[in-house]
Amino acid sequence: MSGSSKISNKPIIWGLFAGGGTLTAFLTPALVLITLLVAIGVAPNGLSYSEIHGFASHWLGKLILFGVLSLSLWHAAHRFRIAINDFGIRADIPVAVVLYLLAGIGTIMSVVYLWGM
Amino acid sequence: MSERKINLEVLRYDPDKDSEPRFQTYKAVPCQDDWVVLDALNYVKDNTDTTLSYRWSCHMAVCGSCGMMIDGEPTLSCKAFLKDYGDTIRVEPLYHFPIERDLVTVIDDFVEKLTKVKPFLIPKQPKSIEEGEYLQTPKQLKKFKQYTLCINCMLCYSACPQYGLIPDFLGPAALSLAHRYNIDSRDGGCQERMKVTATNIGVWECSFVGACSEVCPGHVDPASSLQQMKIASTVDWYKKRLMPWSKS
Repeated sequence: MSGSSKISNKPIIWGLFAGGGTLTAFLTPALVLITLLVAIGVAPNGLSYSEIHGFASHWLGKLILFGVLSLSLWHAAHRFRIAINDFGIRADIPVAVVLYLLAGIGTIMSVVYLWGM
Repeated sequence: MSERKINLEVLRYDPDKDSEPRFQTYKAVPCQDDWVVLDALNYVKDNTDTTLSYRWSCHMAVCGSCGMMIDGEPTLSCKAFLKDYGDTIRVEPLYHFPIERDLVTVIDDFVEKLTKVKPFLIPKQPKSIEEGEYLQTPKQLKKFKQYTLCINCMLCYSACPQYGLIPDFLGPAALSLAHRYNIDSRDGGCQERMKVTATNIGVWECSFVGACSEVCPGHVDPASSLQQMKIASTVDWYKKRLMPWSKS
């Protein structure tokens, strides 16, 4: 987080972070609820394995899943980077590299898995 | 009206005598129960110790001069009612600023940052006097009015952990003021201000802790303006790279 008089390139990451934040703010509570419903076996039929598999096999379903997965990962990575800084660990660059690398790997993995379905 | 005895632990520093700041306790200051911390300090200055130095002016949360750390919280001492505190109150100068003397801080850094963000109207199209006023609807005014309520008390700088860590950070009040002009319908200076506000020491140093908005006595909510500025400079960043032909 060095001082600079140049226009910052942080918008690249922050755009993904903000997009992911908006998305997860709406989706995460719903996903938690649905997961719990599935776990206790009271999920509606639309959430059966074959239905969800069908959704994830369609190109639009793939696109939606990719958006949710990758943006959530980038959001989490950036949030975690800032949380670590707020906790007083002053190693911003290595922390950022590791976290963004993880988000990047996750993004690539989601593409690979969705593509292979 | 009943009286209450308060102990005031005040951080003292005299640059001519002290090598570093030290606490001095004024014991059993006789206070009325409707007093604020500033009243107690004034009592001490008038009756006990005339050397005690601090800034104040209006005594009604308008001038923004009397900001201090009161029990560790950045607060206007004219708004800090004694009834809300215990019998011993610790008073220190605002954190993150150098101490000039006692509770008086050096505010040069803040003033310099305020001027950096060009906090004045830069008209889209300058008009001559004959062409008349720059008109604005109540709706357009409402959009930015909240951000005009800053009284430059610097409590937000004192509360901001990022400013404490990175003194170059422009900080909540200066950036909020830039935002106030950026979203004014009469203004066209957003790009000009972004040269400073969209840098790493501008909005991007903010990690959205939100302490600035919690301590702000004017309910300006600087944290909200900084997040809005982040969105604006993100859109601008992508626009300039993906649509270089567009003039944003």
